Amino acid sequence: MTAATPVTTTPPLVADKPSASKIAKKRLSSPWASLAAIVLAVLWTLPTFGLLVSSFRPERAIKTTGWWSFFSNPTLTLDNYRGVFGEDGGVNLASFFVNSLIICIPSVLIPVSLAALAAYAFAWMNFPGKNILFLVIFALQIVPLQVTLIPLLEIFVNIQLTGTFWTLWLSHSTFALPLAIYLLHNFMREIPSGLIEAARVDGAGHVSIFFKVLLPLLTPALAAFGIFQFLWVWNDLLVALVFAGGGDEVAPITLQLANLSGTRGTAWQLLSAGAFVSIIVPVTVFLLLQRYFVRGLLAGSVKG
Amino acid sequence: MFGQPTSPRIRAALAGTLSAGLVFGLAACGGGGDDDSASTDASASAIDCAPYTKFGDLKGKTVTIYTGIVTPEDTPHIESYKPFENCTGASIKYEGDKSFETQILVRARAGNPPDLAIVPQPGLVKQLVATGKAVAAPADTAANVDKFWDKAWKTYTTIDGKFYGAPLGASVKSLVWYSPSEFKDAGYTVPTTLDELKALSDKMVADGKKPWCAGIGSGDATGWPVTDWMEDMVLRTSDPDTYDKWVNHSIPFNGPEATAALDAVGGYLKNDKYVNGGLGDVKSIATTTFQDGGLPILDGTCSLHRQASFYAANFPKGTKVAEDGDVFAFYLPGKDATTKPVLGAGEFVVAFADRPEVQAFQTYLSSDVWANTKAKLSSGWVSANKGLDPNNLTNPIDKLAGTILLDPKATFRFDGSDQMPAAVGSDAFWKQSTQWITGQDTATTLNNIEKAWPK
Repeated sequence: MTAATPVTTTPPLVADKPSASKIAKKRLSSPWASLAAIVLAVLWTLPTFGLLVSSFRPERAIKTTGWWSFFSNPTLTLDNYRGVFGEDGGVNLASFFVNSLIICIPSVLIPVSLAALAAYAFAWMNFPGKNILFLVIFALQIVPLQVTLIPLLEIFVNIQLTGTFWTLWLSHSTFALPLAIYLLHNFMREIPSGLIEAARVDGAGHVSIFFKVLLPLLTPALAAFGIFQFLWVWNDLLVALVFAGGGDEVAPITLQLANLSGTRGTAWQLLSAGAFVSIIVPVTVFLLLQRYFVRGLLAGSVKG
Repeated sequence: MFGQPTSPRIRAALAGTLSAGLVFGLAACGGGGDDDSASTDASASAIDCAPYTKFGDLKGKTVTIYTGIVTPEDTPHIESYKPFENCTGASIKYEGDKSFETQILVRARAGNPPDLAIVPQPGLVKQLVATGKAVAAPADTAANVDKFWDKAWKTYTTIDGKFYGAPLGASVKSLVWYSPSEFKDAGYTVPTTLDELKALSDKMVADGKKPWCAGIGSGDATGWPVTDWMEDMVLRTSDPDTYDKWVNHSIPFNGPEATAALDAVGGYLKNDKYVNGGLGDVKSIATTTFQDGGLPILDGTCSLHRQASFYAANFPKGTKVAEDGDVFAFYLPGKDATTKPVLGAGEFVVAFADRPEVQAFQTYLSSDVWANTKAKLSSGWVSANKGLDPNNLTNPIDKLAGTILLDPKATFRFDGSDQMPAAVGSDAFWKQSTQWITGQDTATTLNNIEKAWPK
């Protein structure tokens, strides 16, 4: 092969057949695609924007007119925000905000650490019954969590855990594990086996392979799963309703948000302000860590 | 634990989240401290421990109480337990949850019930007793109920001969909200018979008004205000005995009595001359939430709105609810001035434990001492406890409701849909009523509900 041949033949080839990614880039950056993206973004953001405007409107205005009438008659008030922080003897969301953080952090750390270890075992160790066990864990994803609520609560009652954070930590971890193990397992299988073998030749055992070789490579997957789990736990209402029974000490913010409108739903002007207080954390997490989301979405989709 | 802990984005995220948490945490501590000191000052000044000595020393004991009553109505409840806590040494743990009605069943079935539950429907009391976890009320509580309540109340929670729960609060549903100033300016008078109510409505129509406004939207429970209307009309077009038979299904749901009652409701709610003041046509009743249904009275676009005493809480802050204020209510009159049927509802305290401190607290809640303590603390609350002094009720609408409930001539009947089987009372009755408002005829509506009654 001479060097001249590719130089002369390649440029016309590129001109005739642009690569798939270039086609995609060209089509996606066309004015029409941009317009569609902008329309979607506006439609998607509009309700949230309305919620934000509503949260600053006075009670009577919220109850009688839509948020868009704000622009013809702009009156701003912080009363709703004062209301959700317990100014008139109502709910004070602040203490429940802290509860939510206490619930969320272990509910993310427990399944992530357990799943990483389990996924390593399933991916790189051989033991009898491995495939059956993996299949069972995979199948557990299909079980809807609703059917487990009462039996799980019965177990917690028997071992006297009710009214503590443990019920929430354990149940959120339980519900998260099957998907976490499956996702991380697929991610670990993608790592070239040569890397593991090289480490083994150098005398590394399972523990050092896991911590020194795999863990640094796994960071994006762990972070992505951690973010998903964090958002899911933060926004969860059902699990909290069932397991946090036992007083305000363990109730997360979502539970109080549901109670915010009052016994007969008369104080619903507070809901928009309450919703904004509760989305501070998810929005912060999303905006700062959004690049991990796409990787997380792709992590499980590639065949292991 | 992540491989790149030094990533500035992660650090920023952690810092942001933690600092938000810290700020709220500090706010929480500050707020909590203030509340506590204020409330102990208020209750410590006026405590006389004499009525509490019979409960003995309960120091270090805890009673948990679980209810559907949340902010802002929960504060007077918690405050009203203070004298009991201070005098006996027991502590009461209050938990309010709007999903109470489903969660109490989950918790009872899983074996994790509270010590006491405040149950708003006799039907739900039956379901809780059926789980086998509820325990019968102690003799002292039963004695209080015999002494202080009309005997009809005791039957609502007596299941298979055992008495399970003392009534707590009550609400009066047979009320019509109106604007006292409008009545004064236009020269209207409060009607005392059903015919006068009709005449008043016609007079308002002649004055160019749409007199009635209504809203029945309420999420899953959309339609319930119509069931209240109908129950009120069964009590008025027939009589309380027929009402009992209709509720217990010893006469059919779609019989002539019920048909007459629903047609009487239709005379108001499906009459396009009468409705829907300030909100639209007849169909707008179905799309308006019950919370908003009576608000047009404040704008002067509607004159009359039939809704329970608790509706007072729906008017925006600053609205004066009084006989000489912006809005007030009158008793939905009987067929003639001598009969006074009252439709109402209430809550019952059901126990899941029989420890001495639970029984003591249960007995305290059924006493006149508690009813009067609570009345002084709260607004928007009444009880049918005969030991309650109406002068302790602080706001005018509570006083009106209290007077109606304690009137010896009044015949009290509990909300029928709360007593019917769930398939009817909280399903078919609501749904068919909504259909009826949007155009279905009376006969079809009643036949469909009759068909839904469990055999």
